[in-house]
Amino acid sequence: MKSYLYQNPSRATWAEDYSFLNNDINKEEGLGIKKSYLKVSDLNLYIHKAHILKNVNLEIPDKKITCIIGPSGCGKSTLLKTFNRLIDDTEGVKYNGSIWVDDTDIFDKKTEITDIRKKMGLLSQRPCPLPMSIYDNIAFGCKMHGERNRKKLNQIVEEQLKAVGLWAEVKDRLHAPASKLSIGQQQRLCLARGLAVEPEFILADEATSALDPISSKNIEELFVELKKDYSIILVTHTLRQALRIADHVIFMYLGEVIEAGPADEIFNNPKQELTRKYLEGAFS
Amino acid sequence: MRLKFIEEKIAKGLMIVASLAVFAFVVNIIYTIFRRGFPALNWEMISQIPAGGYYNGGGGGILNAIVGSLYIVLGSTILGLLISIPVVFYLNVYLKKDSKLAYVARLAFDVLFGIPSIVYGAFAFTIMIYLGMHTSLGGGILVITLLIIPIFIRSMDEVAQQLPKDLLDSTYALGATKLETITVVLRQIAPGIATATLLSVGRAIGDAAGVMFTAGFTDSIPTSLSQPAATLPLSVFFQLSSPNADVQDRAYSAALILIFIVLVISILGRLITNYFSKHKI
Repeated sequence: MKSYLYQNPSRATWAEDYSFLNNDINKEEGLGIKKSYLKVSDLNLYIHKAHILKNVNLEIPDKKITCIIGPSGCGKSTLLKTFNRLIDDTEGVKYNGSIWVDDTDIFDKKTEITDIRKKMGLLSQRPCPLPMSIYDNIAFGCKMHGERNRKKLNQIVEEQLKAVGLWAEVKDRLHAPASKLSIGQQQRLCLARGLAVEPEFILADEATSALDPISSKNIEELFVELKKDYSIILVTHTLRQALRIADHVIFMYLGEVIEAGPADEIFNNPKQELTRKYLEGAFS
Repeated sequence: MRLKFIEEKIAKGLMIVASLAVFAFVVNIIYTIFRRGFPALNWEMISQIPAGGYYNGGGGGILNAIVGSLYIVLGSTILGLLISIPVVFYLNVYLKKDSKLAYVARLAFDVLFGIPSIVYGAFAFTIMIYLGMHTSLGGGILVITLLIIPIFIRSMDEVAQQLPKDLLDSTYALGATKLETITVVLRQIAPGIATATLLSVGRAIGDAAGVMFTAGFTDSIPTSLSQPAATLPLSVFFQLSSPNADVQDRAYSAALILIFIVLVISILGRLITNYFSKHKI
C-alpha cells in the first residue's frame, strides 16, 4: 500500500484507497488476492539456427510494473511471447529451460496451454479488436470459458469497460462494431477484453507505440492503476516511458539479460557498463 | 507534352476500351436474350411443368427445370460450404505457413478448379453405375458439389491467407484453442465466404455438362433425392435444339429466367455480405 500511495499520491481517491486497504487486510488473513509468481530459469530459445534468447534467468515481481528495455532485436518481444507460449506458433522454434508461473512449469507437457494463456492478458502493439461488437469483444473470452448467464456477462462488460475508462464513451453503442472505435479506444478495449478473463499478468508488447500521445498517456495511467491487481510486464523501447512508470526494469542486449532490478537502481546507478551506455543513448 | 503524360493518356484510353468491350458483350448477350425471350415469357412458363408435346410447341412451362436447378444449387452450396469451410480453416489455422501439405493441397485445388464439368460428370457417372444408382437429384447435387468445392476453397483461402496474425494471437491470448478461434476467423473472412458462394452459385446454376449424366432430365418435379431432376441449362439446350422457332424463343425465356435468378442471388449475396462484413477489422 505504501508503494501505491508513493507512486500516485494524486490518484489515490478515498474509495480506491479504502478498497486497497481491504485487500491488504484480506491478504494478511490469507483470503486476499493471490500472489502471482513468474520465474524464468535457464531459458534458451532458438529459431531455426539463430540463438535468440541466451540463458535467461529472471523473476517478475508481484503487482508491479516490470519494463523490459533494450535495443531492437534484443529478444524482448520474443521473451514476452514465450511467457504465454505464443512463440510456439513460430516456425522452427526450439527452447529449453523452464518458466514457472505460480506452481506450474509452462513448458511441462502436462500443462494446458490455454490455462497459461488465460493467466496472461496480452496487449499487442497495434490494437487488434475481434471482428465483432464492442460488447462481444469483452464477452467473447468469458463465453468461451463457459460463462453463459446474460446478467453476469452484462455485469462483466460494464465492469471491465469502466476499469479502462471506456464505459462513458461507449455505453450507448455497445453493439456497434469495435472497428468503428478510434485507435486509442480500440487499445483500451483490447485491454478490457484481456482483463475480462481474469488474468494475473498483463503482457504488453510496445502497447503504446502505435497510439497518439494522449491515448498512450491514457494507457500508461491505466497500467499504473491496474498494477494493484495485476503484475504488468511491459516491453518498451521508449526509455522515457520506462522512466515514468516502471517499478522494476530488465535490460536486455543481444538475447541476454544484462541487468535487472528496481527501476531507481537501474536508472540512477546501473551496475553494468552496457546498461549505462544504453541509458545515456550511446546506442538504441 | 512530356512522354510520361502521353503514356498515361494511352494507357487510360486502353483501359477504357477494354472496359467498354466487356460491357458491350454483356449488353449484347442480355439484349439478345431479352429480345427473343421476353415476348415468349408468360406466367404459364414459370408456373407449370411441360405438358405433352411441349418441345414441339405444346403447352406448359419449365417449372420442372426452375425447381430442379434451385434444388441442385441449394443442396450443393450447403454441402460445399460444409466441406470447404473446415478445409480452409485447417489450411490456415492449423497448418504453418510453410507447410508442404498446404502447398500440395492448394496446388491440387487449383488443378481441380480447371477441370471441365463434363469430366466431373463422367467421373460421377461411372461411380453411379458402380453403385447401381440411376440419374437422380442426389447424383446431380453430388457432382455439382464436387464441381464447386475447388471454387469455394480457393476463393475463401485467398481471403483467409490475409488473416492478421495479431488477430489469431489475440484470440489465443484469451485462452482459446485453435478450434475456438473459428468464430473469429469466420467473421473475419465472411466477405470472402460470400464472394465464394456467389461464384459457386453462378457456376452451379449454369452448369449443363455435369448434370447431364447425373441428374438426367425429366418433365416432372422431383419429390425425392433418388428421382431425376431437370435443370435450366439443359432445358435451354433441349428447347434450342428444336427446329420450331417458337420453342427456340422459349429457350431464350428460360435463359432470361436463369439470368434473373442469378441476379437475385447476387443482390441478396451483396446485402448479406455487407451485413456480415460490418465487423471486419
